[in-house]
Amino acid sequence: MTPLLEVDDVDVSYGDVPALTGLTVTVAEGETLAVIGANGGGKSTLLKTVAGVLRPRRGDVRLDGESLAGVPAHRRVGRGIAMSPEGRRLFPSLSVEENLLVGAHSGRPGPWGLAAVYELFPLVAERRARPAANLSGGEQQAVAIGRALMANPRLLLLDEVSLGLAPVVVAQLYAALPRITAQGTTVLVVEQDVHQALAVADRVQCLLEGRTVLEGPAASVDMAALSAAYFGVTST
Amino acid sequence: MSWVNAVVQGILLGGLYALVAAGLSLVFGVMRIVNLAHGVLAVLAAFGAYVLGDALGLHPFLALLVVVPVMAAVGYGLQRGLLNRALGGGELAPLLVTFGLAIVLQNALLEAFSADSRRLDVGALGTASIRLGDGLTVGVFPLLAAVVGVLVIAAIGQFLARTATGRAMRATSDDRDAAALMGIDGRHLYGVATAIALGTVAIAGVFLGARSTFDPAAGGVTLIFAFEAVVIGGLGSLWGTLLGGVVLGVAQALGAAVDPAYGVLAGHLVFLVVLATRPRGLLPSAVTA
Amino acid sequence: MTATVERAASAPRVRRGGRGAWVGAGLAVVAVAVLGYLPLLTTRGTQVDLVGLFSLVVLGTMWNLLAGYGGMVSIGQQAYIGVGGYGLVYLASTVGVDPFLAVPVAAVVCALLAWPTSYLAFRLNGGYFAIGTWVIAEVVRLLVTQVDALGAGSGASLTGFAGIDPTYRIAYVYWLSLAIVVVVVGGVYLLMRSRLGLALTAIRDDPTAAGSLGVGVTRAKRVVYVAAAAGCGLAGAMIVANTLRVQPGSIFSVDYSAMMIFIVVIGGIGTIEGPIIGALVFYALQDSLADLGNWYLVVVGLVAIAVTLLAPKGLWGLTRGRVELFPTGHRVGSR
Ligand SMILES: Nc1ncnc2c1ncn2[C@@H]1O[C@H](COP(=O)(O)OP(=O)(O)O)[C@@H](O)[C@H]1O
Ligand SMILES: [Mg+2]
Repeated sequence: MTPLLEVDDVDVSYGDVPALTGLTVTVAEGETLAVIGANGGGKSTLLKTVAGVLRPRRGDVRLDGESLAGVPAHRRVGRGIAMSPEGRRLFPSLSVEENLLVGAHSGRPGPWGLAAVYELFPLVAERRARPAANLSGGEQQAVAIGRALMANPRLLLLDEVSLGLAPVVVAQLYAALPRITAQGTTVLVVEQDVHQALAVADRVQCLLEGRTVLEGPAASVDMAALSAAYFGVTST
Repeated sequence: MSWVNAVVQGILLGGLYALVAAGLSLVFGVMRIVNLAHGVLAVLAAFGAYVLGDALGLHPFLALLVVVPVMAAVGYGLQRGLLNRALGGGELAPLLVTFGLAIVLQNALLEAFSADSRRLDVGALGTASIRLGDGLTVGVFPLLAAVVGVLVIAAIGQFLARTATGRAMRATSDDRDAAALMGIDGRHLYGVATAIALGTVAIAGVFLGARSTFDPAAGGVTLIFAFEAVVIGGLGSLWGTLLGGVVLGVAQALGAAVDPAYGVLAGHLVFLVVLATRPRGLLPSAVTA
Repeated sequence: MTATVERAASAPRVRRGGRGAWVGAGLAVVAVAVLGYLPLLTTRGTQVDLVGLFSLVVLGTMWNLLAGYGGMVSIGQQAYIGVGGYGLVYLASTVGVDPFLAVPVAAVVCALLAWPTSYLAFRLNGGYFAIGTWVIAEVVRLLVTQVDALGAGSGASLTGFAGIDPTYRIAYVYWLSLAIVVVVVGGVYLLMRSRLGLALTAIRDDPTAAGSLGVGVTRAKRVVYVAAAAGCGLAGAMIVANTLRVQPGSIFSVDYSAMMIFIVVIGGIGTIEGPIIGALVFYALQDSLADLGNWYLVVVGLVAIAVTLLAPKGLWGLTRGRVELFPTGHRVGSR
């Protein structure tokens, strides 16, 4: 069976500076993959490449076996790829509800709509009329995830959900993840918090300087090898 | 009573200035560029109505049915073909391109229609007036023009606030890259914004051309008055722009009542005073567009 | 002409120029010498024409200083062209100042006017700044039109040269104009190689970072704005000294802004050489396409749009920086 997402041997660079080198990532339908790694490892670059914001210099990105080369970011949403970007990037002059509605711009049908998102994140429902700029970090992150869900994605990309949030808040947000995957949604989550990542993911892949240094099932990962890979210490 | 008269005339004129300015503000709000050809495009629309009147005998109001969609289409094409490219060329490129376009259009109009002043003929409507009191009469046409101005501005406001496309425009104005991640095609949306801007400036151009005379060089003052209305009212606020247009119109009318040569100058001076004392305008707004 | 800045033996070497700069300096000296000798060889008509060309060089250089180096698109420099022109006429004809002295004084007047004006204009940014400068020019025009001592709407004539034989007058004006070109082009060159030039380059590359690093963004822009006003004043005075008449409708015309923009865009924005080349091209086209009437400006406008979109570095950019006669950039290289 073809995996839902195949990132096949891609090189991505900013100008002349390489960010990903010969990277391959595959995610099966319904699976949750956590991509971890130290700062600057290329995790966000990977998600932006999948979302179509960045173009690979070499290699290919395929969804359901079909190449996405030449498909611009805004069209990929219609194909079922939605992202909650690093730093949330809510639209500050729009209300919370308007932010969610913008997420539905592509008009993909599916289980997610305003009511479903409000049910998933009751706090967001209470803040629906507020300007998005006036929310706490955790609330903003919930809106960002909800906004991505509004596109009814087959593949949900989450970048640094926990960034700058208190552990309690992070736990609350991740508690919603099983209800998302229960809809059959495939998730590619980028996370610096390794324990959180291992708790939610089926599989984990660790990046360092744009290359895979370790990958395997989340349940059976060797913590010593993982921390060595994470920090780039050569393990024997 | 002539002072009151001047104020009333100025208010009515202000509605029309605000209508020209609405498109300028919309484009600036959505993509942060100032279209320096905006004024000339209003004049182009007036000439369009003039030609239709001349060739087919169409009343200017009927001509609007042709001119507005054509100008909107021109706006979409202009954005997709020229301005989106210019947007990728740094901060100066859109200004250089739109200024170049203004010079091109103005001189092409000059070749096609000579420098003669013209006026669109709206028939009996042009001379009809309502007597409101002793010495105070209001022309029906200027009144109609102002009402149309207010209605169009209200319609743009509702479009931005209530429709999905308007919402997408505001989102794109906030963060174009994030909007692309929501499936919004910025290039198309910019095209729609410019189409609306040129559609509304076409209405403004036809009304301005019927209210008083115009010639190919009139684009300059048209742009300047629209700009002054925007700045007096406060960047980013449609209703502020309407207020700015009214303040400008009244200043011009009062100046002209003192001496016809002072009309335009009085408007400029009020603009400079507002710029010096309230640089964020009379109704500063946090919301864009 | 080459300046090799060395901080420490191991520090990277910051080089400016190289062989091109010596060639540039040599060419400039030869060109000025030849141009300076011309009045002894050519007719008055040729000299009058060349003064027109010189004014284009000065205007282009000033607009490039504003936009190419200062990042400010002005479409209102005709305010200072007009004040320079009127300043010359008023000082020479009414006050009785020697016209050759009145030209620099008129430029100083422009600078003095530009300084407070910048506080108003700088409240606007980008495209709104552009239109704001135009409004200011319109205000100056409308005010001048109200002053009877300046001939109101019909303008005035420059009578200060009355005692001089026309052959000498034209030659003197020619030499004065040539000197102005040298001062203006050389001045911009030196300005861009000064600390201010370095600040401007930093601002152009990244205004936010430059501001946070303590580069006085507004101050640097203000200096540029005032200098450009003085330069445009010189050009205006040159134009009036050449034609002996000033008329508000033409000296305050926005067409000057159009010309300046086309000269800079076509020649190459952000370089010293670009506006000179652009002025030569514009001048040549103006002469040969004069029969086209307004189509001429249509063509020039279309070319400028095309250049902006397709070859944003202009004609001079086609050399791809291989030749740099007036190097203002700072290049860091290792030994
Ligand atoms: N916009 C950018 N311009 C230049 N380099 C960038 C940019 N974004 C990221 N990089 C570089 O690419 C590499 C990978 O960055 P990123 O994908 O953001 O890493 P991560 O998300 O794992 O922290 C880093 O070396 C980073 O400095
Ligand atoms: Mg990251």
